[in-house]
Amino acid sequence: MTANLSVEDLLDAYRTMKTIREFEDRVHVEFAKGGIPGFVHLYAGEEASATGVGMHLKETDKLASNHRGHGHCIAKGVEVKGMMAEIYGKKTGTCHGKGGSMHIADLDTGMMGANGIVGGGPPLACGAALAAKMKGTEGIAVVFCGDGASNQGTTFEAMNLATVWKLPVVFVFENNGYGEATPSNYAVSCKDIADRAIGFGMPGEIVDGHDFFAVHTAFAKAAERARAGEGPSLLEHKLDRFFGHFEGDNQNYRPKDEVKRLREEVCCLKRFGAEVTSNHGVDQAQLSAIDSEVATLIDEAVAFAENSPEPDLSDLTTDVYINY
Amino acid sequence: MARKITYQQAINEALDQEMARDKSVIIMGEDVAGGSGGDGEMDAWGGVLGVTKGLWGKYGDRVMDTPISEAGYVGAAVGAATAGLRPVCELMFIDFMGVCFDQIYNQAAKFRYMFGGKAETPIVIRTMYGAGFRAAAQHSQCLYNMFTAVPGLKVVIPSSPYDVKGLLIQAMRDNDPVIFCEHKVLYTLEGDVPEESYTIPFGEANIVREGNDVTIVTVGRMVHQAMEAATTLAKEGVSCEVVDLRTTSPLDEETILESVENTGRLVVVDESTPRCSIATDISAIVAQKAFGSLEAPIEMVTAPHTPVPFNGTLEDQYVPSPGKIADAVKIVMGYKA
Repeated sequence: MTANLSVEDLLDAYRTMKTIREFEDRVHVEFAKGGIPGFVHLYAGEEASATGVGMHLKETDKLASNHRGHGHCIAKGVEVKGMMAEIYGKKTGTCHGKGGSMHIADLDTGMMGANGIVGGGPPLACGAALAAKMKGTEGIAVVFCGDGASNQGTTFEAMNLATVWKLPVVFVFENNGYGEATPSNYAVSCKDIADRAIGFGMPGEIVDGHDFFAVHTAFAKAAERARAGEGPSLLEHKLDRFFGHFEGDNQNYRPKDEVKRLREEVCCLKRFGAEVTSNHGVDQAQLSAIDSEVATLIDEAVAFAENSPEPDLSDLTTDVYINY
Repeated sequence: MARKITYQQAINEALDQEMARDKSVIIMGEDVAGGSGGDGEMDAWGGVLGVTKGLWGKYGDRVMDTPISEAGYVGAAVGAATAGLRPVCELMFIDFMGVCFDQIYNQAAKFRYMFGGKAETPIVIRTMYGAGFRAAAQHSQCLYNMFTAVPGLKVVIPSSPYDVKGLLIQAMRDNDPVIFCEHKVLYTLEGDVPEESYTIPFGEANIVREGNDVTIVTVGRMVHQAMEAATTLAKEGVSCEVVDLRTTSPLDEETILESVENTGRLVVVDESTPRCSIATDISAIVAQKAFGSLEAPIEMVTAPHTPVPFNGTLEDQYVPSPGKIADAVKIVMGYKA
């Protein structure tokens, strides 16, 4: 059991998890209605992972993400309205509509960006950790990878480098069982990604990614090790995604009713709610209040995104070194 | 017998016919079948847009799902090509060349030359390029110019269902590495395609419209933008000749030069960004070799020198449009020395 979490902390954790879930469920709906363009990869089902990690991160810590980045953004404190507007491609978006779902970044909050390249994040997180180490800020970096990225050469190189340079970085592998449409038990050469840690000279641990408390406890150790200058760690969060690889994916590579069953059996929000109301002195009324608060926030975010202006045509050639 | 099928179906048919003909042809890539090792359906995707769908059912283990490990499997395909197989390797988006480029430009491209002509590397890398899907900066780029710059690679950019089938079969029979660039908005394009197997040779441009006033040289999706501009301009009395390069390496200089010698004016249309592009390359060749024929400075219509924006309005502005092409034609037509 994780130590030292006050009722207020637990309510914060719930608020973050609930915000991610509502955000993703709503993006799913709005995408189907045609309001959202492009490629969108939803994080619903994995909320405990981003939240249990994010609660340990200071604003000066850095987080590198992946395709499925909305949850990481929210857990790192990126403002939800700006995120929604970005996903709609609006000028008021976090990246002024130029990045979209796959490239949401907010360097002010230490969010180094979702990433469209599988395995793009790990070397970047090493760099952020190197900067923290050289500047003596005591900051750390965390990178979230999927089981897919666990097989990329860039990821292996980054893990090796992190140990060689004793970098304050944590590699979190969110193993949701599928890299795109290919099951991880086919594409990953070992049973547990955590076992790869030993080859790179760092501790590795398997974590129940549906359990906020397990995630929180495991990351506490990894973060402490990083902040103490003892080097990197690897955590494998075993969890599930409740939507397809991208919106529009018919998910026929999954057994029928898998998602329905998962939503019933392994929902991290339900599990968290039951735990905190039974054993941590949280009232259901407090959780319900957060539910309404979050519902309003997401409604407002969608309205904000829908009513925001498009970028100006002249924005096409701004924010880049030179025009031809 | 020709019948109408889509660009996507034409690719699938080319792969199917060549796999039936030649057992050394194999396919590998991320989710080219999809579902390997799982409890759901096998051949679940048949490639992210379904281009290779059905081939796993016919050819089984010759259609291989790979981990998301481009350097690993592209490199393995290159190695297999040197050892008797003819892999057709799918790089899902051309943007992902960044994570496997060494295996392509330092390894595959150089073997035949470095090894004194003793190696053949018959690999085809099929890859999806181009803007128009709101797929943002890392899934929308037009990078064929980078491959074209590498000696040892052949670069094919088909514009129609007919061309994509014939050029892909040619690519699979070629003994050099071929980068085969498919524009993502063309997959649903329908056209006449013969049922039987056929090849289209590399390095032979296709004059898709004959004309006398201006030559428009272009490739890939931009052929269609150029044709639309040419149709509009014809109503205004301007006669455009549209040259579809089909392959940028090898490049059919002869057809380009002959056309410009006839028309005296050149507009190059290229979806790449403007520097070090197919547009600059063609312009340089024409300026050097057909200078005396030119009656006006060459115009280039390209994307701006920016990453591809996510926002739809900006992305539409990014892609060279028929309107911009027509404007460029009017500039060369209106030039007074």
